[in-house]
Amino acid sequence: MELTTIWFVLIAVLWIGYFVLEGFDYGVGALLPVLGRDTADGSVTGETRRRQMLGAIGPFWDGNEVWLLTAGGATFAAFPHWYATLFSGFYLPLLLILVALIVRGIGLEYRGKVDSTRWRRRMDLMVVAGSAVPALLWGVAFTNIVRGVPIDAEMEYVGGFWNLLNPVALLGGLVTLTLFLTHGALFVALKTDGQLRHDARALGLRLGVLAAALAVAWLWIVHASTGTAVSWVLAGLAAVALLAGLAAARAGREGWAFTGTFATIGLATASLFVALFPDVMPSSLDPAWSLTVENAASSQKTLGIMTVVAVVFTPIVLLYQSWTYWTFRRRISGHHIPTEVHPAAVTEETRRRVGAS
Amino acid sequence: MDALDLARWQFGITTVYHFFFVPITIGLSLLVAVMQTRWMRTRDPQWLRLTKFFGKLFMINFALGLVTGIVQEFQFGMNWSDYSRFVGDIFGAPLAIEALLAFFLESTFLGLWLFGWGRIPEKLHLSFIWLVHVGTVLSAYFILAANSFMQNPVGYTINETNGRAELTDFLAVLTNPVQLVTFPHVVAAAYMTGGAFVLAFAIWHLWRTGTPAVDKPMYRKAAKLGAWTVLVASLVVIGSGDVQGKVMTEVQPMKMAAAEGLYEDVPEGVGAPFSIITVGTLDGREEVWALTVPKLLSYLATGSLEGAVEGIDHVQERYELTYAGSELTAAEDYRPVVPVTYWSFRLMMGLGFAGMAIAAAVLWALRGTGSRTGESRLEGHRMWAWAGALVLFMPLLANSFGWIFTEMGRQPWLVMGLMTTQTGVSPGTTTGEVLTSMVVFTLLYGALAVVEVGLTLRYGRAGAEQVPEDPSFDPAHRSDDDAFLFTY
Repeated sequence: MELTTIWFVLIAVLWIGYFVLEGFDYGVGALLPVLGRDTADGSVTGETRRRQMLGAIGPFWDGNEVWLLTAGGATFAAFPHWYATLFSGFYLPLLLILVALIVRGIGLEYRGKVDSTRWRRRMDLMVVAGSAVPALLWGVAFTNIVRGVPIDAEMEYVGGFWNLLNPVALLGGLVTLTLFLTHGALFVALKTDGQLRHDARALGLRLGVLAAALAVAWLWIVHASTGTAVSWVLAGLAAVALLAGLAAARAGREGWAFTGTFATIGLATASLFVALFPDVMPSSLDPAWSLTVENAASSQKTLGIMTVVAVVFTPIVLLYQSWTYWTFRRRISGHHIPTEVHPAAVTEETRRRVGAS
Repeated sequence: MDALDLARWQFGITTVYHFFFVPITIGLSLLVAVMQTRWMRTRDPQWLRLTKFFGKLFMINFALGLVTGIVQEFQFGMNWSDYSRFVGDIFGAPLAIEALLAFFLESTFLGLWLFGWGRIPEKLHLSFIWLVHVGTVLSAYFILAANSFMQNPVGYTINETNGRAELTDFLAVLTNPVQLVTFPHVVAAAYMTGGAFVLAFAIWHLWRTGTPAVDKPMYRKAAKLGAWTVLVASLVVIGSGDVQGKVMTEVQPMKMAAAEGLYEDVPEGVGAPFSIITVGTLDGREEVWALTVPKLLSYLATGSLEGAVEGIDHVQERYELTYAGSELTAAEDYRPVVPVTYWSFRLMMGLGFAGMAIAAAVLWALRGTGSRTGESRLEGHRMWAWAGALVLFMPLLANSFGWIFTEMGRQPWLVMGLMTTQTGVSPGTTTGEVLTSMVVFTLLYGALAVVEVGLTLRYGRAGAEQVPEDPSFDPAHRSDDDAFLFTY
């Protein structure tokens, strides 16, 4: 196989890794206000539910995000023109994504640092917005990449901002958003216990039906214009995996349900990359101006060295990341959430609460 | 201002900001690892309390370093797309390797360390913070290799067909002479910063009369650890910086000349002086008054007290002849902004030395045991409160000025001798776009700085929390139904 093809596959693998993994923690973050509400019977507070949800993604989200950074770095190294055209061209959406990732990370890390309802509400807002925005915008971006955008003979994107927000791309954004929400809800169902688990499963099922409808329409439109036999098969498998996952969720099999959405996101992303190949950024102005695995690539030397590095280290990363998931495999119940407050986090509110109890 | 100026400002703002948190992360991860190791060895609960205390402060700072680092990974493509196209072959590789080798290691094991208290066997748990530290140092290596290529391109060839720089020798890129001296310099400076961070909060609690007497010995331990770290690391910073100056003179003579504002050549056998402070005209050409050390510049640049040093005007002349022919390298002026270069160089060194001096003073004050011990000597004296506040910022700002010197002193080059900064900017992005992103990042970073400093002070002031009499974090001693020791 050509080195450029190997690297196209590796970049696809990195994006798949990013979407299947961070997809669920975006979903969990965005669902905080929905699944994290006080229960009717008052057995578990909304705050405890939110902390169960955040605790479920706590050890993982940062490692998941590195898949994105590695995809960015690897694109820079293996296909410098792809990196340059994509990120200078999709400037404002990328800016929004970066801002979202910043406020989200801060929201997650700082939320528990001050014991005040107002503080937590603000941090939650940052987590919710910071999760939903990238979940939506990556779908918009990838639909545009696969369907082609105006790129001139100098490999420069010349379409402007609004051009990126075409209806099909927006549909693609809704697909990734609803898929990630489903993925996140099923992750909560898999990783928590109590009423939250059941609520999450029920919500995942409802969101999943919506995601399935949108995804089928979107995959159909995308593959009808650029698809190949293989990409159609992968897209079909993605749809089957989603339906199987939802069936499993209905049957109360959370592990299989999560595996279903995991496979759906992976297969759908793979179908996009197959449809894209051998282009990496097709030009809608003139096919001759498209960026391809050949004209966008680095030298054979760089690709060769990077291949060795990737072949040696990717399995190691997969090994220790999987081990993290194994280590924190237990379901999180309400009673796992500590009630004591760190002395530095104490506020007037803490004092009132402690005084009252 | 056009898109080029704005892109440069944005890079400067976001990078200097990001680099406040990087050295704290590198330095503090080491010191927290040392504290936890001491606790495991001695079972002295004070070391555990310090581990937890500085671990919390570490996380508050790490979070900002992490999120602002994401911007760095994509900023080259957004604002510097022609640069990315030109050097992606060489520059992209260390960035990708940094993510694959270092970022995964840091983030995964930090998650394990943070959420693993009481859920993972103690020894394994200790190894995680060490792995985090290894990740931060690996990360430094690869990103500095990429930067060193910009200071002194090696291991490449220019492909005549596509006009791009292409890799010929990756080992040469990783062992660039600039890299070999920059890496120890930067990592040691990060240790200084981490040491100063620990020292600052420890001094503050030693100075404060409200600190319980039983806690004073604990903060004394921390102060000594921090101060010794600053002192030892600063020796490495000085040693590596000395060699760095000589390497820099060879590969970037203009930067060394600008560091002194030396316009005219000083021939062999004379010895160029180094000015500590100069009052002069704005471009540094005319000197009104200066405090100088004879022959020091010659030593810094060449290692010999009477070595020849090339002046700015001569380098300018040479570069005009060499580089005027090509679009990528042609520039009217090959001189950096001399006052910025001059003063950032001095501020870097001055602040570094001042931090070192405070650390030495603290160690002196903490000497001795018995009734009149070090901790009582610091208590209540306002001078020490100031020392604590200042020592925190000295290495931190010295880092910033060091980078401002390195990067501004390289101008007008983006890649020394190969590409000027103005030719690297994204041709397709509009001024409005770059302005938007610059304003958004600046405002966002500003707001986050307020939150971050607020939390750091809040947790720093609260001091080390109490721990149970005989704490065990062994999961074997805990039930699966126990509440977690840490969760969001």
